[in-house]
Amino acid sequence: MDYFLELVLSGLTRGSIYALIALGYTMVYGIIQLINFAHGEIYMIGAFVALIVSGVLTIYGFSGVSILILAALIAIVYSAAYGYTLEKIAYRPLRNAPRLAPLISAIGMSLFLQNYVLLAQTPDFLPFPQLVPEFAFMEPVAHIIGSAELVILVTSTTAMIGLTLLIKYTKIGKAMRATQQDLIMARLTGINVDRVISVTFVIGSVLAAIAGVLVGSYIGQINYFIGFMAGVKAFTAAVLGGIGNIPGAALGGLVLGLAESLAAGYISSAYEDVFAFGVLVLILILRPAGLLGKAVKQKV
Amino acid sequence: MLSYLKSSLIAAVWFVFLTFPLLVVKVNTLKGTVEWRWMNMLWVGLTALVLSAIWRWAMERREQGAREQVEDDEATEVKPSLGQRLLEEPKLFRPLVGVVALLALLMPWVSEMYQVTIWVFALIYVVLGLGLNITVGLAGLLDLGYVAFFGVGAYSYAILNTWYGLDFWVCLPIGGLVGALVGVLLGFPILRLRGDYLAIVTLGFGSIAKIVYENWEGVFNGAQGIDKIARPGFFGVEMDISAATTFTYYLMLVMVGFTIFVTNRLKDSRIGRAWMAMREDEIACVAMGVDLARTKLSAYALGAFWAGLVGVIFASQTTYINPASFDFMLSAIVLSMVVLGGMGSIVGVVIAALVLNLLPEYLRAFEDYRMLVFGAVMVLMMLFRPQGLVANVKKTYSHKVGGEDVLG
Repeated sequence: MDYFLELVLSGLTRGSIYALIALGYTMVYGIIQLINFAHGEIYMIGAFVALIVSGVLTIYGFSGVSILILAALIAIVYSAAYGYTLEKIAYRPLRNAPRLAPLISAIGMSLFLQNYVLLAQTPDFLPFPQLVPEFAFMEPVAHIIGSAELVILVTSTTAMIGLTLLIKYTKIGKAMRATQQDLIMARLTGINVDRVISVTFVIGSVLAAIAGVLVGSYIGQINYFIGFMAGVKAFTAAVLGGIGNIPGAALGGLVLGLAESLAAGYISSAYEDVFAFGVLVLILILRPAGLLGKAVKQKV
Repeated sequence: MLSYLKSSLIAAVWFVFLTFPLLVVKVNTLKGTVEWRWMNMLWVGLTALVLSAIWRWAMERREQGAREQVEDDEATEVKPSLGQRLLEEPKLFRPLVGVVALLALLMPWVSEMYQVTIWVFALIYVVLGLGLNITVGLAGLLDLGYVAFFGVGAYSYAILNTWYGLDFWVCLPIGGLVGALVGVLLGFPILRLRGDYLAIVTLGFGSIAKIVYENWEGVFNGAQGIDKIARPGFFGVEMDISAATTFTYYLMLVMVGFTIFVTNRLKDSRIGRAWMAMREDEIACVAMGVDLARTKLSAYALGAFWAGLVGVIFASQTTYINPASFDFMLSAIVLSMVVLGGMGSIVGVVIAALVLNLLPEYLRAFEDYRMLVFGAVMVLMMLFRPQGLVANVKKTYSHKVGGEDVLG
């Protein structure tokens, strides 16, 4: 039973990371129908910046929680800046181009950012410092759920609630919803669509950075390539939940994480990535609109 | 001028800020040391200063071009570039092809085996590029796991040869067919979906194929790979390595010629026109009575076919394959060849494949920056020259009404 519970909790942990990244995919897709291939790289950059900041701070004698907070904040700022710049350089000029063009540009950006980090830092795996302390109150259940997992679950839930509130109740959230429904109409009503899209990228990047910091200190090592698989899986999560649908991305992430964790625990861990892919293909065959998505008829 | 300077300065400061933690700071957590590389900051600042000015100029030109295109919408005829016109002039084009073919034939006699080996791989890339050109360039289906089909071909030859002792020539078509079959199987689930899903499914499939090769010890021999794969034979003639390489080189030349011939014919065929119609607009294409499922699957299968075929040759040339040969980077390289060359354009893809492969071979210093440059090239091409180096000229069909040419 404990084993099952452990798998479920680690699945949820993993799933909430996927969900955080998937939200970025789904928000961007909802607004401009683009698979932002470089989103996984934003997450990777977030993790790298956090690693560098925490390394420097440790050497200069900072301690404990202050490192975690500073590293996370700086990582968030940088990821947001990268996301913003990415959109401005690679996607904005292609707003009216044929469908394939921004997608290829996104892949190019993804390759560029990966190799930029590789050349600027290192091709090897770097050890990521354990930023989350072991809480004393977690002692009795430590064999089932670790402190890092608890922090991930709490943080990602908070972030998702925050996002929901932002989209529901703020002015920019309203503008985002309007843009998602109809970009041209939104522009006609005086919404600065370009700004809304930039903000969407920035929010997605912030969530990705949070995921990067959390996953770095959970898994304990990162390299320049971690964004690739995380990106594919988060996209799977977004499709699973119905792409463009924000609660869907959260649900998809959790379902995918659970499925992966259980399959790895009971069947084989070497093929864990194969299960994620299998889930994607099954969903595409059985329910292309995703769990929460509505099938959209294309208008001509 | 002043506004240029101001925006360049802002861009420079912005990029210095962006790249600061990654390019300047290098921290070693094990030894507890920090290396500050301040010189990098200077370089980033200067480069950003210059590049942003060029960027702004290029963007202004691009917008101007777009405006002009809207203005003379009547004259939809896209002006072909100089290179284009040269290529289309049969008086120039045919001798050029002749000279290139002659040089290609003579190459193994005047250069060392090492050079020949490089060229064999370059030609393998050419065929891969042409194959992917069918899927991406002609049919507009973005395939990011193309390397998987290449791997399928290579592994099917490796397994059939080392386990069952089947000959290269028997396996060559088998490799192609297995590739095509896997392509169809993979194409089925995504038939009803939009192209971007296809991209992600193929991407997933590419990485899954690698995981399976790595972990299925019984069949694929895991991470060690399969060795002692036979080279292609020629009616039982005994060949040493150098002769075998030369032989493979000629084989590849024939393959390239064959691929060019077939894709060229396909392009003008009924199915080829259906592919291009699908690329331009799926809904209109269906409305015109094109069977979308068949068109998509055939584009997918034919693209995969070439990858499988050339995978067999790859395995026979290296005589050793392992999963590491088939990672995502290869798919990305082949895709950037197609994009750079011009989607749908055969000449363009051939040139791009040769340039992108031979350049890093001869400019070793460039090697490390290869993928970085490829990524940047993909973005820049999409922004400034989406049609590629050698644009694919749309064929116009005309028919005569009362002795006068009418554009159809």
